Amino acid sequence: MWTWFHRLASPPSFYRFADRLAPWLLGLGLLLLAVGCYGGLFIAPADYQQGDAFRVIYVHVPAAALSLFVYVLMAVAGAIALVWRMKLAECAVVAAAPIGASFTALALVTGMLWGKPTWGAYWVWDARLTSELVLLFLYLGVIGLNQAYSDARTAARACAWLALVGVVNVPIVHYSVQWWNSLHQGSTILSLEAVRDPKISSSMLWPLLLTLSGSFAFFFAVWLRRLQNEVVARERGANWVRDCVLQAPLAAVSNEQSGMTGPELDPSMQSRQGRQRHGEPRGAD
Amino acid sequence: MSGLSKRQKRMAAVLVLVLGVGGAAFLGFTAFSKNMMYFYTPSDLLAGAAKEGATLQLGGLVEKGSLRREDGLKIVFVMADCEKQMPVRYEGILPDLFREGQGVVATGKLGIDPVTGERTFVASQILAKHDENYMPPQVAASLKTADGKHSCAPFKSLGRPAENLAGKPMTAAAEAPRS
Repeated sequence: MWTWFHRLASPPSFYRFADRLAPWLLGLGLLLLAVGCYGGLFIAPADYQQGDAFRVIYVHVPAAALSLFVYVLMAVAGAIALVWRMKLAECAVVAAAPIGASFTALALVTGMLWGKPTWGAYWVWDARLTSELVLLFLYLGVIGLNQAYSDARTAARACAWLALVGVVNVPIVHYSVQWWNSLHQGSTILSLEAVRDPKISSSMLWPLLLTLSGSFAFFFAVWLRRLQNEVVARERGANWVRDCVLQAPLAAVSNEQSGMTGPELDPSMQSRQGRQRHGEPRGAD
Repeated sequence: MSGLSKRQKRMAAVLVLVLGVGGAAFLGFTAFSKNMMYFYTPSDLLAGAAKEGATLQLGGLVEKGSLRREDGLKIVFVMADCEKQMPVRYEGILPDLFREGQGVVATGKLGIDPVTGERTFVASQILAKHDENYMPPQVAASLKTADGKHSCAPFKSLGRPAENLAGKPMTAAAEAPRS
């Protein structure tokens, strides 16, 4: 078990492992999301009070759950990166932040769109909404911090510290509706009490569980792909990258022209490479 | 710390950071718990928790049978938490979910009702507070009771610990078991 784990942590074997796993996760995630959305939008009955407005739950709850989950994942990877100086964990922190930020923004926007017709206001400064907004700022802070250093390892370690400091906000977001008076309602599915005594009719619950699990699979697929990019960007001088990546279309990763970079690379990674390339004695081609 | 390896020192640093930030947050939020509350309850206002004349939020259930519509958009109703009640006066547009038995949060000031001379909360905005229950209309209809389906439990007063109220229905009949 441990030897398998150690082998996985080495960049080349991780790269191949992720390459095999990611398409399956992506396919599974999209399938679950498609069935879940169809069930949520067309099969599930309307709510007795909110009517069709409640259907935003099929996007909002998975997005909000992932916004918290991804942050915890980032903090755990950050702790591993700081204590054991594991390169893959450093990449994991940096690769997760933009995905987590996207889910957080999605949760905030869908919540606002639901809040206007249901509550009567897009935004209120109650504990849940405010702490979720702080979570978005923490993600943006991690992304910004990563951009602020020219050395990828220093940047990742700074991000890991911020991820660890910010993880205190995760229980605050989750329990805010329990600890304090808030306009936001309590947990419908993600609490012990809700598991004992379901607060949502099963005809409405099953599509939610599908979109929830689909979102998790989708996240892991995207995260693995971003991790692959991060690993290749850092190791682009290494032999294994030549051997197993440069034949593939991803060869564009090491191309001098940033305009010819592969479609899977986001702008942040391009700029990182641009900065680092100055210090590199030899070009990849 | 000289006996520790570098890795153990880093591990200690990470632990101290997480526990320190967590502890600080716990102390801070415990001390300022009142400031984290989005609204006062009728019990809080009657206990004098808020300054007279200050703009604040009041949250509670719209008491069944208390809603009275006057001319135009003016309404009068009674807002209740698990213990106390407070009359509310409002003029303006209401959210779709506003109805008797529903949780609401009103922004306004504590004042005197010009008509009755009673202490009244004069609201300038009313928001509906939805609860965490979702069900199709048929299921909801089968649970209908005289006092409605909503619980007063989410309305926590400052003076009392929230646990005492968890799951406590407004009346015995208020929370029928769901299938």
